[in-house]
Amino acid sequence: MAPVIKVENLRVTAQDECGRTNIIVKDVNFEVQPGEVVALIGESGSGKTTIALSLMGYARSGAKIAGGRIAFGGRDLLEMSSRELASLRGRDVAYVPQSAAASFNPARALLKQVIESSEIHRVMPLADAEARAISLFRELVLPNPEHIGDRYPHQLSGGQLQRLLAAMALVTNPKLVIFDEPTTALDVTTQIEVLRVFKKAIKERGTTAIYVSHDLAVVAQMADRIIVLRDGAIREVDETGRILKEPKNDYTKSLLAAAEPRVRAATDEALRETSAQPVLEVRSVDAGYGALDGEGSPALTVLRDVSLTIKPGTTLGVIGESGSGKSTLARVIAGLLPAARGEVLLNGERLPRSAAQRTRDQLRRIQIVFQMADTALNPARSIGRILGRPLEFYHGLGGDKRRRRVAELLDMVRLPATMAERYPSELSGGQKQRVNLARALAADPSLILCDEVTSALDTVVGAAILDLLAELQREIGVAYLFISHDLSTVKAVCDEVMILYAGQMVEHGSRSALHQRPLHPYSELLIASVPELREGWLDGISESVLKEASAGVALPSRGEACSFFNRCSVRIPGRCDVEPPPLRRLTKGAHIRCQRTEQELVQLPAVAIQKDEERRVGTGTAKTVAG
Amino acid sequence: MKNDQTITVIDTSPPRRLRLPVAGMVGAGIIGFWILIAIIGPYIAPHEVGALVDDDLFGHMRWSLPLGSDYLGRDVLSRILVGARYSIGAAGAATFLAILMGGTLGMLAAVSRGAIDMALSRFFDALISIPSKMSALVVIAALGSSIPVLISTAAVIYTPGAFRIWRALAVNVNELDFVEVARARGEGTHYLIREEILPNIAGPVLTDFGLRFVFAVLLLSSLSFLGLGVQPPNADWGSLVRENIDGLAGGAPAVVMPAAAIATLTIGVSLLIDNLPGRWSSTGEH
Repeated sequence: MAPVIKVENLRVTAQDECGRTNIIVKDVNFEVQPGEVVALIGESGSGKTTIALSLMGYARSGAKIAGGRIAFGGRDLLEMSSRELASLRGRDVAYVPQSAAASFNPARALLKQVIESSEIHRVMPLADAEARAISLFRELVLPNPEHIGDRYPHQLSGGQLQRLLAAMALVTNPKLVIFDEPTTALDVTTQIEVLRVFKKAIKERGTTAIYVSHDLAVVAQMADRIIVLRDGAIREVDETGRILKEPKNDYTKSLLAAAEPRVRAATDEALRETSAQPVLEVRSVDAGYGALDGEGSPALTVLRDVSLTIKPGTTLGVIGESGSGKSTLARVIAGLLPAARGEVLLNGERLPRSAAQRTRDQLRRIQIVFQMADTALNPARSIGRILGRPLEFYHGLGGDKRRRRVAELLDMVRLPATMAERYPSELSGGQKQRVNLARALAADPSLILCDEVTSALDTVVGAAILDLLAELQREIGVAYLFISHDLSTVKAVCDEVMILYAGQMVEHGSRSALHQRPLHPYSELLIASVPELREGWLDGISESVLKEASAGVALPSRGEACSFFNRCSVRIPGRCDVEPPPLRRLTKGAHIRCQRTEQELVQLPAVAIQKDEERRVGTGTAKTVAG
Repeated sequence: MKNDQTITVIDTSPPRRLRLPVAGMVGAGIIGFWILIAIIGPYIAPHEVGALVDDDLFGHMRWSLPLGSDYLGRDVLSRILVGARYSIGAAGAATFLAILMGGTLGMLAAVSRGAIDMALSRFFDALISIPSKMSALVVIAALGSSIPVLISTAAVIYTPGAFRIWRALAVNVNELDFVEVARARGEGTHYLIREEILPNIAGPVLTDFGLRFVFAVLLLSSLSFLGLGVQPPNADWGSLVRENIDGLAGGAPAVVMPAAAIATLTIGVSLLIDNLPGRWSSTGEH
């Protein structure tokens, strides 16, 4: 059979600011057979999106397709005029971008946007296109398929919008669909559902697809064949199973290894058992945004009754999906958002709620590191000046002393001292995050709040940052509050873990307790939703997981009832949605907030019972692969 | 906005060398030329500003009168050379004062948020709703026309606009994480404005300065046009255009030349500001 698309010696160049020409895609060759799903996998800068875009004859501004051939339907895409390309795009080749929220026009109804490409190319009459879109909505398991098209983007959740984007791509029945990281921006419990319907739709219609992703575990579920890219060149091409089981290339091996993070939490069991005074204690904090009402509750409550303690030199992980209030928690502790109720204690001493009222020493002892390294460093100031400021501010260092200390700090985060003269824009993402960390260390803090510090980084770069965090903890005994949406990262670095759902703590226990059942129903769902690095994981997921996952957006419930009620598979109507869930201590040592007793949770057919067996088999395979 | 920082950049990191593109150089050249004229103009003017030197009205260009003569037979070149001081000086001073007041208060509002922001914003909203030329006319009618009155009137007129733009730019930067970090560190308002906000809005703010300067030149010109600006025999460029407007039909250099002077100045300012490199650039890219 003739391939749908055949790429030969593709070369894409880009000009940097100084006018130098860089080759960003180097002589790439591959082909895609009809009905095949081929994944392009690599880290940022590997050229995967550039290649995907060039399959539509498009290069981003500043970049240029400099050579090669892309044979599509017997013609060379690169020799087509822009008019011919325009007639191809959206009709024969469709593209599903990463950010659904940014891809829709907020001012138009969704149905009009979904059938837009069919209208532009006059593929079919309006009524037919609408009927087809509605049948696609049904196929993609969107709620209320007949009428969802009348709604506007802001009325739907991210997962639903992503499925609408897929409908938009499929409406003209294209010969090739390019998925560019379609689930990267979604929460895990949403991703699982989107992946499932995408896979079903692709399989049923025999769609030929290119699937671009950085996530090996996701790709393992979707692709027949995987192309591993690095620095714009192909490193390895093979069937999915072979890549996972017998990778030949060293880079592929390192990707596989990084997908299963090593456990770094090395804190002594003994240290944790001592009754040392906690470095940080948070007591029943309520916080949110907007004006306080008569009872002292904010207009929009984000955190409800959250308590935690962190012992010196240990790490507490906070996991939650977007909107769970995990970043708000960090802001409350740092005093950037004054709590509405409750208190924050540092070394047993009560802190004023707002940073403006705290003493300089109190401020010094809690430092915060943000997720987006790009926006966390002042672009107009040199690294030396950025690091020098806390030294001057807290320790009164000046002149040579300060310069020496800056060099020491850079050395602590494994950066050369010459970096002090550079500006943030000259640094890579990983380097910026190290500088961020160095700035926090400059204050000599006893606690660092790490807000999604590795989420914006590539797996390998992120792993190096996690190693650094663990090393620093061993060296200087700083405690961390480690916030993340990524369960495997949290499991890798934390001694204790707290799971937040819609602003409420649902489970809090040691890292090992996360591996022991019974768990809170939400913890079960969260753990079951993390893609595993083996083929067939997605197909093996039990229906009850999907039902919970798809039940929609987490909304902080008004009043005292359990906020997980709508999605819970073991809920008790009439009780869970009325009474506040009690805090229970389980025999494994963890606390959960649930109406169900430990006995009930063990006995009930909760989501992951059947999965548990599979998972054991699954980790087995993963280990052989990694080894 | 200190020069020594730009120099440090050049010295320490070669890849970031700040080079002005050709168009920017041309703009800088034009501005430099006019500033020089504003300073030395009266000393190099061949004739007295008010002296009647030509028997012809709207005389053509010739060796003795390089830019011809005006509607009373005065030397146009001399009048432009002397007028540069009023146009550039007064407009520049007014813009500078407007930016100083509006910009500082705008950044203060953005950083303080809450009640201070609310109070300042509403105050300037009220001010901005007064028609600018009307209020200028009232002020000048009450106080009489003099250079300080003209400058302060124009400054007050342009302050609310500067406030709006600076506040909007500062609010965007104020939301970024590095400002949050500084705030969590315990830095005061003054530090936040000077170190974290100002350097990062320098580009767009300079563009605003250029635009506002051009507006100020035009406002002063139109006031002169109404006879309320610089008083005779002195004249700024706007007045020169107005008083010679009768020569327009005959294509007299007396009306074309001051107009050309205004045009080159505004074009020069725009060229320079649109082509500034690095973080001074109007797009705010680094």
